[in-house]
Amino acid sequence: MNAYPRSPLDRLLEELEHAPDVAAMQATSERLRDHFRVAHLVYHWVSAAGDQYGCGTYDPVWVEHYLERDYLRIDPVIRGCYQRFHPVDWKTLDWSGKAARAFLKDALLHGLGNQGYSVPLRGPNGQFALFTVNHRCDDHAWRVFIETNRRDMILCAHYFNEKALEFEPDRAPAPSRQLSPREVDALTLLALGYGRAQVADTLSISEHTLRVYIESARFKLGAVNTVQAVSKAISQGLIVI
Amino acid sequence: MLRYLYADQLHIFPRLAESMFRDRACQFKSRLGWDVTVNEHGLEKDAYDALNPLYVIWEAPDGRHRGSMRFLPTTGRTMINEHFTDLLGGGTVESPLIWECTRFCLAREAESRIAAALMLGGGEIMRHFGVAHFAGVFDARMIRIYRMIGAAPEILGRQGTGRAAISVGLWDFSETARKVVARRAGVSPALSEHWFHRSFGADLGHMRLSA
Repeated sequence: MNAYPRSPLDRLLEELEHAPDVAAMQATSERLRDHFRVAHLVYHWVSAAGDQYGCGTYDPVWVEHYLERDYLRIDPVIRGCYQRFHPVDWKTLDWSGKAARAFLKDALLHGLGNQGYSVPLRGPNGQFALFTVNHRCDDHAWRVFIETNRRDMILCAHYFNEKALEFEPDRAPAPSRQLSPREVDALTLLALGYGRAQVADTLSISEHTLRVYIESARFKLGAVNTVQAVSKAISQGLIVI
Repeated sequence: MLRYLYADQLHIFPRLAESMFRDRACQFKSRLGWDVTVNEHGLEKDAYDALNPLYVIWEAPDGRHRGSMRFLPTTGRTMINEHFTDLLGGGTVESPLIWECTRFCLAREAESRIAAALMLGGGEIMRHFGVAHFAGVFDARMIRIYRMIGAAPEILGRQGTGRAAISVGLWDFSETARKVVARRAGVSPALSEHWFHRSFGADLGHMRLSA
């Protein structure tokens, strides 16, 4: 199989996946911040009732202050992401209101950077969360950062959310995510040591389509890369070799 | 021009929204004979329109719909995963990097370039929102249209034959495809980008994030 070496991000996502508790999630969020070389990285869960929890690298004083001031109600990032599913550059949000301007000033005073990128997340029963990367730099540098790291940030966001859903106290058991027969075929052939080109050829599909099967299977299995997807599929008895 | 609107923003453009749902009734019910629900006002809406999807809509100078399509992330509820898994041989498509594209609709009076313009809009979504692929359900007739505008999907699964065939397909969007589609649409990539940013607010100038 294509056992290309794991990237540093893969390792961090794997660590997140195995995090036994919120403290471990917190530790990984700090390492991820260092990985992206940014000022802050935050996962922020907002329940339907308005309860909040999360982890990340904002100053605890700011987090306390945010809760105390009930900033949830005026934070343009929350307002701008709540009914959306595309990632949002803070620059595109409406910061023009008086309350929003005061909020921003306060945030900057508490050590936040002027740039932000947030990925909205939705889980079962209207669950809502945000994954945010925050930094201090000029607009050009920020654009380059986003273009370089967009997909990695989206993947991180989903790993944080999957983990947080797992920690939810009265969570219904996750619906089993069935692999499609094509995904099973693809993982089986990879497990047998076929290269991607051979697998695609054997299944009479393009390598491009194969990539999609692998991508989807990987997400369903909560695997950070193909190698892990194959080993999880084997250990869960989803494929037999 | 292209507009990108979430369902909760459609009320800002009532004429555009209404003509879209009317054209959808015309295409899916009258012309294709799909088993869709048309309400007493002649509008075709389904359960997925209620999930606050994102629409890409071509608006004519008279403010009416000429073509549109609808997007939802595959990490949530989608038509493929709830109704068409048999086309995939069972199982589902789920990934934060794959969005579902459905209800690709062209108004009866739509010029041929509009299909390409919609594809161009789809390409903007991919580039700006980190989407790697679109997955969608479509019928045999659409395959010809997609091929014609230079954005043919890869077929993941198919059921039925001839005109009645329904397929699940997958798109990606290379920089080359973008140029081809832009040319067919008669829209410069710069204008397309401008429309995108206008919808998503990047050029509204209300950003005061300097420290």
